[in-house]
Amino acid sequence: MSVLVLAEVDNGVLSPATARIVNAASKLGPVDLFVPGPRAAAEAAASLAGVAKVMVSANSLLADSLVATLSELAVLYPYMVASASSVGKDVMPRLAAKLDIQPVTDIVAIEGKNRFVRPIYAGNALETLVDDQPRHVLTFRASAFAPAASGNTAPVEVLENTVQSAAKLIAAHRTESDIPDLATAQIVVGGGVSVGSVEGFQLIEKLGKILGAAIGATRAAVDADYAPNDWQVGQTGKIIAPDLYIAIGISGALQHLAGIQGARKIIAINSDPEAPILRIADVALIGDLFEIVPQLTAELERLGIKR
Amino acid sequence: MKILVAVKRVVDHNVRIRVRPDGSGVETQGVRMSMNPFCKHAVEAAVQLAETGQADEIVVVSIGPKPANDVILTALAMGAHRGILIETDQALETLAIAKLLARVVDEEKPDLVLLGKQAVDDDSNHVGQMLAALTDRPQATFASEITLDEGALTVTREVDYGRETLALPLPAIVTADLRLNIPRNAALPMVMKARSKPLAVRPAAEFGVDLAPRLKVEKISPPPERVAGSRVGSVSELAAIIAADIDAMEAI
Repeated sequence: MSVLVLAEVDNGVLSPATARIVNAASKLGPVDLFVPGPRAAAEAAASLAGVAKVMVSANSLLADSLVATLSELAVLYPYMVASASSVGKDVMPRLAAKLDIQPVTDIVAIEGKNRFVRPIYAGNALETLVDDQPRHVLTFRASAFAPAASGNTAPVEVLENTVQSAAKLIAAHRTESDIPDLATAQIVVGGGVSVGSVEGFQLIEKLGKILGAAIGATRAAVDADYAPNDWQVGQTGKIIAPDLYIAIGISGALQHLAGIQGARKIIAINSDPEAPILRIADVALIGDLFEIVPQLTAELERLGIKR
Repeated sequence: MKILVAVKRVVDHNVRIRVRPDGSGVETQGVRMSMNPFCKHAVEAAVQLAETGQADEIVVVSIGPKPANDVILTALAMGAHRGILIETDQALETLAIAKLLARVVDEEKPDLVLLGKQAVDDDSNHVGQMLAALTDRPQATFASEITLDEGALTVTREVDYGRETLALPLPAIVTADLRLNIPRNAALPMVMKARSKPLAVRPAAEFGVDLAPRLKVEKISPPPERVAGSRVGSVSELAAIIAADIDAMEAI
């Protein structure tokens, strides 16, 4: 009983989510990892504990051709698993339909070989499902699982791959930054629409930098062009589960709260003492963010915080 | 150029849902229902393509109980030309939905199928991708921009690293994300007119698709509740708390 995991490669580098997916998948059996990317990403993947074998194919693939490749490999595996990322969401339902399997996606807890828990209604309810199909197509929410340890040296096998996609990638618009990955960051600092501008978000970024934090934003802040779309946290953006989330000028729309349910601790800075976020925040400071955030940054610097 | 748009009737996204205490599901009786927000973006995209002369027929399809007629009427009022309701009282899984839609695609032969990227009730985000597999068409999910130029389809997608743009041959499947457009509210005369547009009601059984569920829903439960904690009065208190948190993280 082994598990085929689709590793995630971003810009030639193995994504940090992959270690978490491997760890989760290894609860179901030994993991064979398919890496659609360069050899270096495959070597990184081979070091993850729980991996029995790495298969690498340097073709950068879109959903249709990736599914064609995976469905050939899939005959050998009772479980096919990916991260519930924009790649996993794009690819796995297509793979499932091709194999006539009903997928179970966005899993946040594994309660046995065929019992899984997933959020519905934007995290306002949890669904426990029993999947008695002979084969399973699953996606896991990376932030809900701890990363696998490293130190393994699994064998790497190169797959000849000539499958072509009918679609063609003609442009990639990447937000270049050295900020940590939102979905797996330990600390996230998030800003809402009351941050008011791109310059306002620079205050958030400065605080984030000291904390070694990823930066998030609400849908309203992204829609107002204060922050790029890949910073969006919430039902339609990214789902985060950091140890610490600092919500700045965020009122707490349901849409946004859906994305932060998994945060271990929430600190809110808000001028409105009635803001809904304060009903779920562990610690709150009421006041003007434009005064508080620079002071807080300076105070943390004074305390010698540097991550 | 013909466009098929699939729409779903769901609990209105502004309703605060209630999980039934017996764990059997989310209360939908006596709750306001409306078209899934992502489906509205799909309908709007189709109507805009028709308005610029890129499409000449928009067929809208929904699968569900009789009242799902309402969301088809909403789409017709927004500008779709005719509707199909595949009627069933059974709660269907996404694979069964995709198989029913694949039959409709066989019959209607649309050049483009537009769907919402996910429904805000089960949050599955499956059907567009599954339909693409079953009809062997290329897909572009999570679209924030769609352009059609003399039969050449270009779609910009919202992805984890930012955005990417794909060129796709037709026929193709596209799923809509929130930034694709701002859906219109149909004016009253359009709502009146929608009632005179053709709407075929067909029982799901007529399509010869196996609709039996593959999964067993064991229970639906509320998420663990969060409660408000303490309030601090100064920046230095807050900084001390954050510093202590970071110490604790680094200790692990």
